[in-house]
This record gives sequence, C-alpha cells and structure tokens, in this order.
Amino acid sequence: MKAFNIYLIGVGGQGIGLLSEVIIRAADKSGLNVRGVDTHGLAQRGGTVSSNIRIGDNINSPLIMKGQADLVVALERHEALRGMNDYSKNNSTVIYYDAVWQPLDVRLRKTKEIENETIEVEAKRRKIKLIKVFLDDLKDARMQNMAVLATMAKNKLIPNVEKEHYLSAINDLLSGNVLENNLELFEKVFSL
Amino acid sequence: MKTLGEILISKEPITEILMGNHALVRAMLESGVKVVTSYPGSPTPEIAEGIRSIPKDKNPMYFEFSVNEKVATEVAFGAAMNGHLSTVFFKSVGLNVAADSFVQLGLFDLQGGMVIVLGDDPGANSSQNEQDNRHFSKLSYIPMFEPNSPKEVYEMFKEAANIAKTKHMPVILRLTTHVCHAKEKIEFDKLEIEEYDYSPRFDHINAPHIPIAARALDMKRMALKRLEEFKKISNNSKFNEFICNGNKKRGIIVAGLPYLSLLDVLEYANEKVDILKIGIVNPLPEEKIIEFLKNHEEVKILEELDDIMEKDIKTLAYENKINTKIIGKIDIEDWIGEYKPDKVYEILKKTWPDLLPDLEIEKANIELNPRPPQLCPGCGHRSAFHAIKYALKETDITVADIGCHTLGFLEPYNMGQVLLSMGHSTSTGAGLSLFNKTRNVVAFLGDSTLFHAGIPGIINAIFNNHNLTLIIMENGTTAMTGHQDLPSIGKNINGPTEAIPIKKMLEGLGVKYIREVDTYQQAKLREYVIEAQKEEGLKVIIAKHPCMLKLTREQRRKGTFRNNKVEVTNKCDHQYVCISDFGCPAYQITPEGDVWVQEDLCIGDGSCIQTCPTNALSFKIVSKGMINNESI
Repeated sequence: MKAFNIYLIGVGGQGIGLLSEVIIRAADKSGLNVRGVDTHGLAQRGGTVSSNIRIGDNINSPLIMKGQADLVVALERHEALRGMNDYSKNNSTVIYYDAVWQPLDVRLRKTKEIENETIEVEAKRRKIKLIKVFLDDLKDARMQNMAVLATMAKNKLIPNVEKEHYLSAINDLLSGNVLENNLELFEKVFSL
Repeated sequence: MKTLGEILISKEPITEILMGNHALVRAMLESGVKVVTSYPGSPTPEIAEGIRSIPKDKNPMYFEFSVNEKVATEVAFGAAMNGHLSTVFFKSVGLNVAADSFVQLGLFDLQGGMVIVLGDDPGANSSQNEQDNRHFSKLSYIPMFEPNSPKEVYEMFKEAANIAKTKHMPVILRLTTHVCHAKEKIEFDKLEIEEYDYSPRFDHINAPHIPIAARALDMKRMALKRLEEFKKISNNSKFNEFICNGNKKRGIIVAGLPYLSLLDVLEYANEKVDILKIGIVNPLPEEKIIEFLKNHEEVKILEELDDIMEKDIKTLAYENKINTKIIGKIDIEDWIGEYKPDKVYEILKKTWPDLLPDLEIEKANIELNPRPPQLCPGCGHRSAFHAIKYALKETDITVADIGCHTLGFLEPYNMGQVLLSMGHSTSTGAGLSLFNKTRNVVAFLGDSTLFHAGIPGIINAIFNNHNLTLIIMENGTTAMTGHQDLPSIGKNINGPTEAIPIKKMLEGLGVKYIREVDTYQQAKLREYVIEAQKEEGLKVIIAKHPCMLKLTREQRRKGTFRNNKVEVTNKCDHQYVCISDFGCPAYQITPEGDVWVQEDLCIGDGSCIQTCPTNALSFKIVSKGMINNESI
C-alpha cells in the first residue's frame, strides 16, 4: 500500500507516547510495515509533544513531511488546530479529544482560546473530516488517549487495522489495573 | 504484557518493534559488553532505561550513571584497560565535558575495547546547540559509524564492538535524535551470554600507557596507523550502499538519517538519481567515493550540520584529478537544522531546480504561537522564582544554569538571563560581579548539575573572593532527563550508596553563608535572599523541594497519591497574580476573564495559595492531609 501517515500531537503529560506505541503495534499486528518516532527531551514539561507514524511498504524516514498526513490525532484543542495546520492533507481526517490546556499566551490574556467552531470552519474549508471526542464522565483524564483510540478503531481510521489489533497491542503494553480500566473504557467507547 | 527487559534478554532470536536506544542495549548484550557508563542527557537516556529493565540476576553488564561525562569516559576507559569491553554513552554536548579524556583514547591499546555512543542533536530538539561531533572523531583519530535507523543502530553497534574488541581500540557510534527515538521492527539474533572471566587483565609493562614526551608521539603514530588501516574496513563495509539508477549525470553522497529523508523526497522526483550512502563517516570509504565521483558529472554532498564530508571529498577529487562538479552546502541555511524530509526537499530543489516539482501545501488560515515547555504544576522552582523575584531589584542580574529551572527564563518569571553550559552559573556570575558595585548577581544551579560541573566554580568563588549569591535548586533528582539519581540522595541505579549532603559539602569547602529552605516557604526564602545581598562574598541558599512530577508519579504507583484540588473562591477580585506572576499552568481563564482551576492539571500541592493577595484560593478537596511539606 501507499504510505499512510499519522501525525499525533498533544501536550506533555497527556499520553501521546503510549497512544503512538499502541498504534504502531496495532499496525504491525495487522501485518503492515510501520515506522514511527516520538519527540522526547523537554517534552514532558507541558510543551507540545508530537509523534510520527508511517505505515506502508514504501516508507523510509520515520518523519512525515509537512502537509502530508492522512490522519492527525490530537489530544488537546489548540494542538488539534496546530496539527491540522502543519500536517493535514486536504481531504484527510483529524480526530481530537476536546480537552483544553490553555497555552501560556491564552492564560496571560495575550490571545484568545481556540474555539471548536474555529476548527470546524477550517476543516470545512479544507474538506477535512473532523471527529471530536469528549466524554463527560471520564474518571481519569489520563485515559483521554484511550477514548480517542477506541473512536479511531470504531471509525476504522487506519486502513486494515481492526479492533482486535488495537486490543492485542494494548495487552502488550499495559498490565494490572491500568490494563483493565483501559480495556473497559475502550469497549465502552467502541460500543457507543 | 511484554516487558522490555524480557525482550532484551531473550536467548532466542526475537523480532520486535523497538526504538534505536533500546535496540542498542540488545546489541550491547549480544556483543559481550561488560561495563557501561553514562551521564543522562537527551537523546540517550532510554539506553539506561533499557539496561535497567533487564532483571539484575540476568544482566551480565555493570552499569553506572557517573557524575559527569568525563568521569563516565574514564571509568569505561579503566574497564577497557582491564580487559573488559566497555561502552560509554551521553549526549552531544556531553562530549565537550568528556573531551579532555576522550581525545586521548585513540592513543591507547585498550585491551578490552571501547565503544563511545554519542547522541548528537541536529535541530537542537533538547540541547543548547546543534554541534556536530564528527569533528571530535577527526580530532581524536577515532573511527566513527553513523546509523540511520534502529536496525542499523543494532547492526553497527555489533560491528563497532567487534572491531573495538579485536583491535583493542575505541570506536564511536554517532546517533542523532530521531535515530535514537525512531521505532521499527528488528530481527534480533540469538543471545549467547558466555561464561566470562572477570579477572583483572591490566598490563602496565607491555604497553605504553603514559603518554609523556616522545612516548606521546609514538602513541599518536599508533593511533594514526590504526585509523589508516581502518580505511580498509570503511571501504569494504556492508553499511555503504550504492543505489544505482543508471544516472550518469547526477549522484548524491549521504550518510545517517538524511539518507532516509532523501529516499522519501526522491519519491517526488522527475528523475532517478544515483546515491552513495556511507556507513562509516570517519575514515570515509575513499575508494567507493572516488569511483562514484568518476561516474557522475555532478555530485551533491547531502550533509546535515557541518561540511565535513564535503571538504574531504573535494580534497579527494583534487588529489585524484577528478573534474566532477561537486556541490556541497549552498548557503547558511544548509548548516542549520535537522535534515528532515522537508528540509531535504528544499535543499535538493535549491541544488537542482528541475529535479522536483513544486509541492502545493495548504497554508493555514490561523497561526498559533508555539507552546513552550513549562515548569510542572507544583514545581518547587516556581515557588522559588516567585519568592526570589520580589527580593531582587529590576536591575539585578540573574544567571541561569542547565536543568528544569532554565525554564524560569520564560514568562512570567523571566529569571536567569544568561546560560552557557552545565555548571557555569557560579563562575559566570563571578565574572559579572567584577567591578560591579551596583547590581546584585544571583546565580541558579541545580543539584545534579552541582555535582556534574558546579563544584569547581564554587571553590573558585571562595578561592578568589567573588561576590555573588548562588541559589542551589535542589529537587533531589536529575529531572529534565527522566529522574535519574544523584549523589546527595543516598542511592544510585544499583542500590543504596553513601549520600553526599550538599550543605555539609559546602561547609567543608568553606562557604560561610549557607541557608537552607523548602521553596514552598516563599516568605522565608525571600527573606534569605534579601539578607544574602547584604553580605560580602559567596552566599549560598539551598532552595529545596522534591520534584513533584517524580513524587506524584511515585505516589500514584504506590496508591498513596492524595487527590487534592485547589479552587478559586468568590473572593477573587481579578488581580491575576496566580496566573500572571505565579504562572501555574493549572490556572486557566474564561473569555470573561474569570480564573478557574483545570483539575486535570492541578495536583493539589497548594503552593499557589500563599500567592493570592486577596486569599481567594483554597483547597476544594483535601484527602488525608497535604503533600506540600514532604521533604527530599
């Protein structure tokens, strides 16, 4: 298959690393060729964190070129717009969890918080399919990434990667209570 | 669940998706490395994470985080002199610290062999510069491999280790950030951990180990001879690849990660170009290069950071009377930044405008400002900066050092106005204090950095009567690189150890004015800073609070985390001190200008409560006490 590029973006501490690891493994389990890379370093201090995943037979660099992502996955509203601006192809898909971790400029009242409507208008202009995820009864904010993952699985956002591949990848990476809670949430969101 | 440790130590051949840093650990085990040393620094700390993941009773390797890169290099050197294959790894700028010892390594007959793993950081993703450590390979006459992917990290390390071991010499493996962190599926060979004789084999008689006077020159001769012989290895290396597309006109010479970027970019090209991909960047495979040059009319040297290959290749062409047009760097931009696919696209377009089409990339309608890293909620450094700022005059000078507290430079704190290198702050502060009668100088220094390179500056300030205030930001860990232990806490990666208490150490050095305070006690810290300004000489304030990111993670793991939250009550009269001065990221603002607490971020430490002039902040939920008074 032709390269399928996934760009993940969020704020340090939101769990982009785990989300990316699950997707890479799930893609592998579905029999696809996959490469990826995360940003590390200062990232855990509340800065922007991103991850690149490239799936397909004809891929070399783990890094995606700007404007070449087939799928942008974001865990925060501002970062969803950033990811879309920088990486989305026209006619591609953006999925994001509608959490807001205000950037410093917003908190200092230098700029305004990005509204969902703004993202919708921009997506419409560029013919990008937009999927917003939000659960008002999520017990632990650290599971927002799992809610996004389950929605991705449900909507089959990555060609050839099925529910069982995601579940198998989650089982590889988590254990104990954390595994149970995440699986429970995954099933719940998948069946919504 | 598949644990990393089980994967790395699996005796059977195993196929797994791993990042470059973890693949490297498997290569170490398969190569029979016995001693590994390091100082934490991005992009390499996951190598240590990999080593630590292996069950202790199954791990044949000794590992330590040394106090700095120079010491790490020396420990690995000693082990190699004693017959054990050793590896030292650290980040790019770490080599500057290690350089004094590192540049000598090539002169020695290293019985056991030694591999130096460098994590260079093109793009300065998490470094103060993007220095090109290929220069050091030349400076020290030590050969250098450069992998482009995790798979090559694994294969090249094994090759480098094998050469190091059989030729009793040092070899460098140069990684870059997105090779360290790239993930791909790799087929690992079987792992045979042989019975090993650990007995000391240091031999002081047969080899010259003391490079003084004429001996130093003999030893240099040997290093040069070994490097010359290495050309054969370089020319015949399986890591060189000639990608022939039958293009007589255009060829590209490339190494490392830019090679993969190039392959992706050429997918868009109107014409197939020949490629010579190089695996050993010093000494270069000259025969291969000469042949490649001879067979092409134009050759582009696609080289990230400096023009090291370019100069050598041009020399080679001159000496061999080759007329090929060699195109190296074109302008300053070619020297800057990582050669990601986007960058390689631009460079190739600039080199051969007809080669690539114009990419039509949609421009954004709305620009967002970057989101820089920040101090975490509850971070003791925030309380410290908040307290100290009010104790200083606008004109006073603050000197930053390397660590999380460097982020104090950002808004809203603006503390720390100059940064040079690890542990520089006391000495730079001392320099700023010379002839300076009007502006107080305050230097910051983290605890890990204090042990790494900060102590000589302190001794110097005492020795030479410098007049400044040093604030040691003690959080009990090397936080920025992922919470490695440090000498003051009484344990290291292998278990308990003697703690070196910072205050006692300073007293021993002869610091007269020392104050110690938890940074959450902001009033007291402020008072000490004001008091210190009235004293002459070196004044040290130890501003301590445990790293809350580490502490809360540990508490969550143990199930002892107290889920406190802070709230903004109706006493709030919109002075915004909590946001504009204290700047905890948990405080957010509504479009109407009301302040609220984002509970996903609030850890309920309460360090903010004291900062509100109208007492509008209070605990909303308090479960079993507060976490703000736990000491290191």
